[in-house]
Amino acid sequence: MPVETWLIFILGFMILGSIIALELKDILSSVISIGVVGLGVSVAFLFLQALDLAIVQFLFEIFALIILVRAFIGKEYHIKEPSKSHVIQTVVTIVVLLSILILSINVFRLLPQFGEPIFSTARHYIENGAKETGAANIVTAIILDYRAYDTLGEVTVLFTAILGVLAILRTKSKTTSPAGGDHETN
Amino acid sequence: MIVYILCFALFLVGIYGALTKRDLIKIILSIGIMGYAVNLMFILFAYKTDAKFAILIKEGINTNMVDPLPQALILTSIVIELGITALLVTLAIRLFEKYKTFDITKIRRLSG
Amino acid sequence: MKQTEGMTLIVKTVTRISVWMILLYGLYIILHGHISPGGGFAGGVIIALAFLNVMLAYGRGFIKRWVNIGFLHDIESSSAALFLAIGILGMAVGGGFLANFISHGKLFHLISAGTIPILNIVIAAKVSMGLFVVVWTLAIFHLDKGGKKE
Repeated sequence: MPVETWLIFILGFMILGSIIALELKDILSSVISIGVVGLGVSVAFLFLQALDLAIVQFLFEIFALIILVRAFIGKEYHIKEPSKSHVIQTVVTIVVLLSILILSINVFRLLPQFGEPIFSTARHYIENGAKETGAANIVTAIILDYRAYDTLGEVTVLFTAILGVLAILRTKSKTTSPAGGDHETN
Repeated sequence: MIVYILCFALFLVGIYGALTKRDLIKIILSIGIMGYAVNLMFILFAYKTDAKFAILIKEGINTNMVDPLPQALILTSIVIELGITALLVTLAIRLFEKYKTFDITKIRRLSG
Repeated sequence: MKQTEGMTLIVKTVTRISVWMILLYGLYIILHGHISPGGGFAGGVIIALAFLNVMLAYGRGFIKRWVNIGFLHDIESSSAALFLAIGILGMAVGGGFLANFISHGKLFHLISAGTIPILNIVIAAKVSMGLFVVVWTLAIFHLDKGGKKE
């Protein structure tokens, strides 16, 4: 079967899985459904010949699932029943979003066909990548040699997010602190 | 073209979840769905029919390759999505500790 | 060994044997980042998952006794500084910021492509230590606040 048929199949399952994940009441079931959606994205990356991305998406999505399950399991809380105005708001939102989807079909007709990318910059990277950098993996050569400044920005953003997590979860305990061995917290 | 429209529909499912749900956990999951849809859309733009991956192999010359530039950009995006999810989960834990619920209609008082 | 913390005996024995294979696989993906798919980010997460495996199987007390979390936090912070130092070194030799100033070597060899393997190792150290410290902080937070114990 051609690649486009497989992708339509996978995307259909992903839309179904995400709607199920948002409508279930149990936390564990919705988190598992989100895991299925992420796995579908990883398989779609494999079909689209993006090998680095498939590995990275799979692993990072497993880590996100671990953090979600770890933080939210075992907490009991109660959501109020939806009032009448809330039901009307939901229906209006669904109608507006469906009309946006139908009106966007004309926009997607202007894009290039699926399978014929606009190749202007990548042609130079593919032809001269191995000679100028010495790496066989062209995606690695792009992120660590041609566009290494963007990788520096990404490392900075990840660093800041991790520091934010550590700063928010800091408690005022005297015995141990969350992010240190035995030095005291403020 | 149908794959583009389906990917956009996945993004709209994420927007529906972020706008109408009142459970904080469902809002975090919707932001994740939107992230998946955008990443997939970029790589759909970069596919060339009957082309192979963008890695040089020892045996033979691999001349027909997919576009490697969007793959390098989306690699950054996937890593940042994990940082966003971790930070949102941390904020949700702190809110639960203070208000004892995840219902966003009850998290309104500015208690000191 | 004590049965009061962590998981059962079977899980502990299997973890003791298999966690070294996971670490070796992660190291392979990091070092071969410029020849086969993978790179620093994927390898870093695999190493973080190996540490997480030990923490889940042996309990939090084991990690508190044997691992100094402040040291892991220092490794992560100094990796970010090392990335900047390699960039400034590239500028000092001649060429732009983060230029590839080491010789390129032969194609398909393990030691080739200049600064690319070095940057892969730095990124992997940063990502793995950062993610493990985040999961450890979430676990300790539950313990301190009296949440659901595992």
